[in-house]
Amino acid sequence: MIQDLVIHAVFIGYALGLLLTFGTVLTWVERKQAAIMSDRIGANRAYVRIPFTQIKLVWLGLFHGLADGLKMMLKEDFKPRSYDRFAYALAPWLTFTPVLLVFAVIPFGGTLVPGVLVPPLSGWFGDRSYAMQIARLDAGLLIVFAFGGVAIIGVMLAGWSSSNKFSLLGALRAGSQMISYELVMGLTVLGLILIYGTLDLTEIVHQQSGVVLGFLPAWGIVYQPFAAILFLTAAIAENKRIPFDLPEAESELIAGYFTEYSAMKMGLFMFAEFIEIAIVAALFTTLFLGGYNLPYMTDSGFVLPGSHVADLPHGAVVVIQLVTFPVKVLVMCSFQILVRWTLPRFRWDQVLRFAWKFMFPLALANLTVTTVAMWALGRVST
Amino acid sequence: MTWWERAYLFEIVRGLSITGGVFLHNMWRWISGRKGALTTYYPEETRADYAAHNRGKHVLTQRPDGSPQCIACNLCATVCPALCIEIDAAFDPDDAAHPKSAARFEIDYSRCIFCGLCVEACPEDAIRMVKEVPDLPLYDRRDMWLKKDELLNWSPQRDVAKPYPPRSGRGNLA
Repeated sequence: MIQDLVIHAVFIGYALGLLLTFGTVLTWVERKQAAIMSDRIGANRAYVRIPFTQIKLVWLGLFHGLADGLKMMLKEDFKPRSYDRFAYALAPWLTFTPVLLVFAVIPFGGTLVPGVLVPPLSGWFGDRSYAMQIARLDAGLLIVFAFGGVAIIGVMLAGWSSSNKFSLLGALRAGSQMISYELVMGLTVLGLILIYGTLDLTEIVHQQSGVVLGFLPAWGIVYQPFAAILFLTAAIAENKRIPFDLPEAESELIAGYFTEYSAMKMGLFMFAEFIEIAIVAALFTTLFLGGYNLPYMTDSGFVLPGSHVADLPHGAVVVIQLVTFPVKVLVMCSFQILVRWTLPRFRWDQVLRFAWKFMFPLALANLTVTTVAMWALGRVST
Repeated sequence: MTWWERAYLFEIVRGLSITGGVFLHNMWRWISGRKGALTTYYPEETRADYAAHNRGKHVLTQRPDGSPQCIACNLCATVCPALCIEIDAAFDPDDAAHPKSAARFEIDYSRCIFCGLCVEACPEDAIRMVKEVPDLPLYDRRDMWLKKDELLNWSPQRDVAKPYPPRSGRGNLA
């Protein structure tokens, strides 16, 4: 019992650390990648001076995120003369918390057997094994969408309680956009659920370690390439980033629903947005890119096409999985940043038309084709 | 729009491949130890490709004996549209050739517009502009008054277009 508690405390610490690190590092990645894409150098002036020396650590501008955080902590917390102080104070947390909670069901590694990994602990842990995620739930994917829905409430509250017309407009846009694209996102994932026959994200990852057509890894993107594109598009729209950043379009609405927020409250909105990039990437990795596994890899080692089996020791598997997952997530984050710095912003009517008249029918068609194919292959029991 | 462009995806992939290509190209340059940016890392690094006739910063020219060529006639200060040149004259009755000289010659770089009119107005070729820019990001605008010794010692020898000091015998400008 106490062993479970210890292990889960470690998992929670690791997951929180991973997310917050991603949130901070992504501000740097975004700046640097945008700069390199446009032939610039990028932020590189913030430094940490080692005390009592003149040695200044610049580290390619990595400390700019730290400087940003410090600035937001120290700024005046300006409050507008709002009629709903409580909602105003609650909104940033309602946006930030669900984003963190989503990660609870996403597996960041395979099975962990502490007794085998660290032999001195084998007496205490016995042969207990743990799935490397905070909460393994049967309804994992539903939890993801449930918390995604909660984020809308925070955005709407922020816009409503700021008593500012720009905020209200931004919140209205955010609400309609997020609800529209959440629908598309859910529909695209339905096809995957049909194929895998489960909502449990760990089980979904397990099923992706096989092989299709003899050589391709059985990743979700191989089964459902179309759904992968739709899912990523809808997820970017859900995250309110360019080209779907209408709710916070600077040139039209100042900062949209968080116009009236300052200091760390505004920082929470920004931080939530950056963590959500990582969450979207993690979700995409889990659903479509084989999760924490390398291609052809299972919890016991590699099963190469042609049934060559290469067993790996437990420690090596755990390390490979713990490294593979962040790397995949980082690549997906980088791809989202590439999209954000490539495409121009949609017009507002185009955003909703794109959701309802283009993506929604395509997602439905994808689901239909998947269903028919599954029925034809006899994989569905009627 | 054709149906190809209307389908969004293909054009988006094309755009992504362009920006991604630029990213990879620049990234490869950075990784392989070269510079992958067009911009300059300013105070540490200045651009080398200023045009030869770029009006960068002022230099006061000197006679072969080291005294400034300026005769404090105030023509440059008069013509200056930004009114940023201040000259105090000194008088030396013993120097028959150049009895007047500048005791104080200061240019306010916070107001100078780098038009080069002072150079054209000067009858003695005492003030010139070289292509290098003054590295003057300063915290106080009062520090931006550059004094005579700085204008004299701002490595005026680097003027490639007009070699300095003028060598005798070859049609020098003085």
